[in-house]
Amino acid sequence: MRIFAPNTVVAKSRFWYFLMKLRKVKKANGEIVSLNLIHEKRPMKVKNFGIWIRYDSRSGTHNMYKEYREMSRTDAVEALYQDMAARHRSRFRSIHILKVVELEKSEDVKRPYIKQLLTKDLKFPLPHRVSKAAGTKLFVGKRPSTFY
Amino acid sequence: MGDAEIKASSWRLVEVGRVALIHGGPSDGKLAAIVEIIDHKRALIDGPSTDTKTAVPRQSIALAQLILTPLVLEKLPRGSRTGVVKKQWAAAGIEAKWQESAWAKKRQQKERRRALTDFERFKAMRLRKQARFEVRKSLAKVKASA
Repeated sequence: MRIFAPNTVVAKSRFWYFLMKLRKVKKANGEIVSLNLIHEKRPMKVKNFGIWIRYDSRSGTHNMYKEYREMSRTDAVEALYQDMAARHRSRFRSIHILKVVELEKSEDVKRPYIKQLLTKDLKFPLPHRVSKAAGTKLFVGKRPSTFY
Repeated sequence: MGDAEIKASSWRLVEVGRVALIHGGPSDGKLAAIVEIIDHKRALIDGPSTDTKTAVPRQSIALAQLILTPLVLEKLPRGSRTGVVKKQWAAAGIEAKWQESAWAKKRQQKERRRALTDFERFKAMRLRKQARFEVRKSLAKVKASA
């Protein structure tokens, strides 16, 4: 079973949680023989991931499909948890990740927020920037230049 | 009606091949090229300088940590690997171009000024006073003759 968890302790716990949903097995009647950390095969390549999830909101259970553009599968899942927390206030415990798929062809990308990043010769300016140094002093003689 | 002259803005763009200066983090003050845009806030960068001191490992970085330079690696394919970037980097002579720029010189001078001791700062002040004195003397001479 492939489980996304912050550490091995949580991973083992989640393993039993999901196994109990699939089969009538308890932790008392079994033993985890091995646990392997799966590393990203190409961590220096930008990929698009499609993630299917099921999550419990305050009023019911929903299925969802979301896309993320990240360098690794775990990064994508982390982004998903942050995104779900931000948009739906849902916690780790209320999200089940059903499937994580790397979208190799750009036609497979469905969501407009990822599609817009796949346009040819993508370029954009950074028109308004407040430099960090501008905020260090309380009073300065000059307004900060945000033109860039 | 007056004629309105409309000019396209000449922003430095976040694009594949754009050389940027890293601001903050472990590779602060080093140059790297954008290899691929990840999203509106992050990019994949690679700084394949021959000198290990100024090389930047390939990594994803927030655009907030980058300052775009006018230098661009033209025709860099999207998502190209370190070898290709290194070749183009050398062919375009980015390092030399950067060292020649006023921006890099100013940064270098600032760094050197910051490293001065109190006595050295005093010496710099004396020299600046002398230079100022010479300038004013010649100006007074010109004024008197006019």
